[in-house]
Amino acid sequence: MVPSTFKGFGVTLKQVFKRPITQQYPEYKRPVYPRFRGRHRLWRHENGLEKCVGCSLCAAACPADCIRVVAAENTPGHRVSAGERYARIYEINMSRCIFCGYCELACPFDAITLGNDYEISEYNRDDLIYTKDMLLTEPVKKVPVADPDLYDTPVPFYRTSS
Amino acid sequence: MTPHEVWWVSLVKALLIVNLLMGAFAYTTWLERKLLGRMQLRYGPNRAGPFGLLQPIADLVKLVRKEAFFPQSAHELPYIAAPVVSCFTALAAFSVIPWGGGWTIGGFYVRGAVVDVPISLILIFALGSIGVYGFIVGGWASDSKYSLLGSMRTCAQLVSYEVSLALSVLGVVLMGRSLDLVDIVDRQQATVWFFLPQFVGLCVFLLGGIAETSRPPFDLPEADTELVAGYHTEYSGMRWGLFQTAEYVNMIVLSGLCVTLFFDGWHFPWVHSLDRLGPLWFVLKLGALVSGFIWLRASQPRLRYDQLMRFGWKVLLPVATLNALVTALLVVWV
Repeated sequence: MVPSTFKGFGVTLKQVFKRPITQQYPEYKRPVYPRFRGRHRLWRHENGLEKCVGCSLCAAACPADCIRVVAAENTPGHRVSAGERYARIYEINMSRCIFCGYCELACPFDAITLGNDYEISEYNRDDLIYTKDMLLTEPVKKVPVADPDLYDTPVPFYRTSS
Repeated sequence: MTPHEVWWVSLVKALLIVNLLMGAFAYTTWLERKLLGRMQLRYGPNRAGPFGLLQPIADLVKLVRKEAFFPQSAHELPYIAAPVVSCFTALAAFSVIPWGGGWTIGGFYVRGAVVDVPISLILIFALGSIGVYGFIVGGWASDSKYSLLGSMRTCAQLVSYEVSLALSVLGVVLMGRSLDLVDIVDRQQATVWFFLPQFVGLCVFLLGGIAETSRPPFDLPEADTELVAGYHTEYSGMRWGLFQTAEYVNMIVLSGLCVTLFFDGWHFPWVHSLDRLGPLWFVLKLGALVSGFIWLRASQPRLRYDQLMRFGWKVLLPVATLNALVTALLVVWV
């Protein structure tokens, strides 16, 4: 019987011959969970009109108070969204956002969703204030997403359809 | 009688050895981080250069460029001198450790150690004892209660274990019938590697040595994960780096001493024609011992302070004394 003091040596020696479990991050990006809450995204209808109608419900729901919406009226000559009004200014301060997803829940038109991208660090704080144009386009850096079929949690409809 | 060595050969050799020792220190830190990493299923440093081989150089650049903080109420001279003394004695102790049998190159004789002192073993212990002053004075001169408490811990531990360490070597000295490390190696060559008859001595030497160099699990002077860093709390930059150098070089010197005293120094087992490559065998044996130290660090939890003291005085010291006594009796009567 080996005393427990010496058993530790065997345990540590055994690990040397195993493959390290470290993931080499910048080279290997681990696929995120399909419902992972990352960088926000604003959506358009298929006819090009913005889904957001500038109701500010997302800003009201936001616990970190990082969303700023200034709405304006749609006119027949200048129609931006499908509703009566549209968001003239839509800004998210990413340095304050806690990625809780309440904005996504509050939105009556599924105009804002949280994407899968987490590589959103910047050298300058000012660059972390995302404007409407930035939120309406595809994120620059994309991270891989794991196969949704691997998980038994349902993925929301808008994630699978858009 | 060994041939005489020209003075400038010694000088060149000393310069070479000091630099090699610093290099060995740098790559011991690399080896330690790499091995510890693998033992914890990590990679260890692997970004700076291939296999992270440039990591020690990056660390050095970082340490040298870092601000060497100086506490306002610190005692200037001892504060600055302490790390220098520790590092110097650690480096100086290696000078008497033989790493080769000696060669004649181009008509000049080159001895296999930097200096040949007839009482080299005592010299190493003396230098080690002076090195302790660096740790104690450094903690005191910082004028901080954490540093002072840390240096008290260091002082108590190093003084306690130095006794057992010196006693554990006594058996080897009696069997080797000399205090000269070269003579002890020759004696082992003529009889048997001393780790067999002096196995108890080897165990005590290793345990005492780990405590002397304050390596885990006896690293209470620093105890970096639970206590404030100990005597070097108020040190930063390269002054801290010098303390760290002293610790690692002490570990290398102690491993070298262990190789010399118990594992026949630079000799290759059985095949004597390979002895010309002495430094290679010496470095290999040294590396194996240093890796053992690192393995121990990865495997064993740190001792509690009272356990440390009890183990040192109530277990290690009696065993070392008994070992020395029995060896003395056997040497005289057998």
